[in-house]
Amino acid sequence: MADPKKEFDWFDKPSSRKLLWWILWITCGLTVVAELFIHRHPHFGIDGFFSFYSVMGFVGCAAMILAAKGLGVFLKRNEDYYGDLEEETPPDDIDGNAS
Amino acid sequence: MEMLANIPPSFLLFAGAIITVLLRGTARNIFLVALPALAFVHIAYLPSGNGLQVSFLPGFGDLEMLRVDKLSKAFGYIFTLNAAAALLFAFYVKKAVQHTAALVYIGSALGVVFAGDLITLYIYWELMAVSSTFVILARDTLKAKGAAFRYVMVHIFGGLLLLAGIVITVSGGGSIAFDSFDYSGANLGTWLILGGFLVNAAAPGVSAWLSDAYPEASVTGGVILSAYTTKTSVYVLLRAFHGWEPLIWIGCIMTVFGIIYALLENDMRRILAYSIINQVGFMVCAAGIGTDMAISGATAHAFCHIIYKSLLWMSAGAVLYRTGISRCTELGGLYKTMPLTLIFGTIGALAISAVPLTSGFTSKTIIIAATEYEHLLWPWIVLELASAGVFLHAGIKFPYFVFFNQDRGLRPKEAPSTMLWAMGILSFLCIYLGIRPQALYNILPYTVDYQAYTVSHVVTQMQLLMFSALVFFLFLPMLKRTPTISLDTDWIYRKGGQFFYSTCDYLLNGINALAHKTLIAGFTQSVIRFAQEGPTRLLAWILTPIWELSGTSKKQQAKLREDLRENAQNGVFPIGITACLSVVLLGILFFF
Repeated sequence: MADPKKEFDWFDKPSSRKLLWWILWITCGLTVVAELFIHRHPHFGIDGFFSFYSVMGFVGCAAMILAAKGLGVFLKRNEDYYGDLEEETPPDDIDGNAS
Repeated sequence: MEMLANIPPSFLLFAGAIITVLLRGTARNIFLVALPALAFVHIAYLPSGNGLQVSFLPGFGDLEMLRVDKLSKAFGYIFTLNAAAALLFAFYVKKAVQHTAALVYIGSALGVVFAGDLITLYIYWELMAVSSTFVILARDTLKAKGAAFRYVMVHIFGGLLLLAGIVITVSGGGSIAFDSFDYSGANLGTWLILGGFLVNAAAPGVSAWLSDAYPEASVTGGVILSAYTTKTSVYVLLRAFHGWEPLIWIGCIMTVFGIIYALLENDMRRILAYSIINQVGFMVCAAGIGTDMAISGATAHAFCHIIYKSLLWMSAGAVLYRTGISRCTELGGLYKTMPLTLIFGTIGALAISAVPLTSGFTSKTIIIAATEYEHLLWPWIVLELASAGVFLHAGIKFPYFVFFNQDRGLRPKEAPSTMLWAMGILSFLCIYLGIRPQALYNILPYTVDYQAYTVSHVVTQMQLLMFSALVFFLFLPMLKRTPTISLDTDWIYRKGGQFFYSTCDYLLNGINALAHKTLIAGFTQSVIRFAQEGPTRLLAWILTPIWELSGTSKKQQAKLREDLRENAQNGVFPIGITACLSVVLLGILFFF
């Protein structure tokens, strides 16, 4: 490893993470505010509600994560469930280059 | 020129597969990149219409080996373009076998795309299944061998469905021409053909071959496999089954299925494999809608999807190549030493998520617009939700867990330069087609009157995506990876196969053991015992009264009996007894 002081580790710093959280919240807010200034052409009716897409994104994704979490209880198994033979392939031989 | 126009592009790649074996070193790698580029140019110059006709068995009509129109050309372009990029990425691979298999595989995919009749289609279809199996086998691990075996079994099943469908269709008076099938005239033959196509499309229930086999392929193998099998299937569905309503729902289920499983998955390349199912779901749905706009949208989406999905597999492949690890639970923090791989991978991730300024935004949204124009409310809701979910599982989850998350002390080198060049070229295309989609729209089968960049579309898309991102980070503790696999439909034949084996073992070997016990150990032994001891016992039984009368003691009798048994077993009797018995026998013969 090179000198750890020189290493670029901006994303590991708590202050950076905090900043990224702020950016995320503000961007979400901006996309909602921006809707005030545009004219939409809903096709179905239900998509005409204000901020419909942000609600759909939020609720839909939360539902999918919860569904996956719930299904995981039934579907997740240990990696050796099928009794596969575990082999550690050395990285330089992953395409069979080493003879 | 006239002659060149009759050469199917597949032939170029097949010839290349042979030449590849003859070449060595860098010359081979340069040839491998140049060949698909040449095929791309060849396709660009192919005149529309039917080129090469080959006569087949009498009564069947000619085989159309080169049907050129806008739809087949669009798929031909992207297949060759992607092949050039993937083989540039594979510059480091020294073994010829993987390249040979890959060229035959890509060639047969092109063969399917330009096939004008069902028989040519079928031959290329099977060739594709076999050659892709060799691409998987080239990883040369036991896991890859197991996965390749299951893969080829499923594809043989799909191929048989297709063959049965073709036989029924043709024997029922249909022609061998490969054109669209009418939904109202659906019969067993067309349903079977559709079934064969859907196996390759990784439709629900028959999708497990994809997520099982692709992640077991080599670094390069994964990149190449990700593009062709499912997209040829999309092509044939667009060509022959457009407007078949069940496809709308099959596609919708695929989009959600892919997301849920990708969320559960730990292996980065298996996440991308499930993500293929999700993306192909959009295209299958579009085939079901079947309007001009939907078909063009699906073609555009397939085109862009192949590029960004290849790019994602390349970035995951580069990580695997450098670290030898593909589990999210063991990866993390790679942004520090593989920044370019991160940037290119992120561009692919943004493109697959249809972020504005990327190719996903200008292609996938055409399909969603097609559902709006047809007022298909539920498919529209599912596809919008699936778009949000794509950002969740492929757009953020993949880069986050591989390149950020927790620093696990891995400090791999940046990817080799040829890998970076391949990723760079595809990244450029992702952004170029996102900004200038007209170049893509011009090659679509039907004219597209669609404007992706309206203010309201950009704003609503950003709402959808940013709130998905928000959910991802708010729910991050729930998304913590576990070192597990998830049960998929391959459970049926993997565990079912074991169950079948052990049941047969129990039943058949049980019958065997029972037969052994009663016949060989029981009956035969009794016969042997009778043959061995029967005469002695008979003699002893006859002699006992004589001994009794002659006053032989019990003890002596026992000894005599023992002697008799021994003599009978050894086949020797004292001469006196033998002579006596002979006289008795002669007497009997004399009197009777």
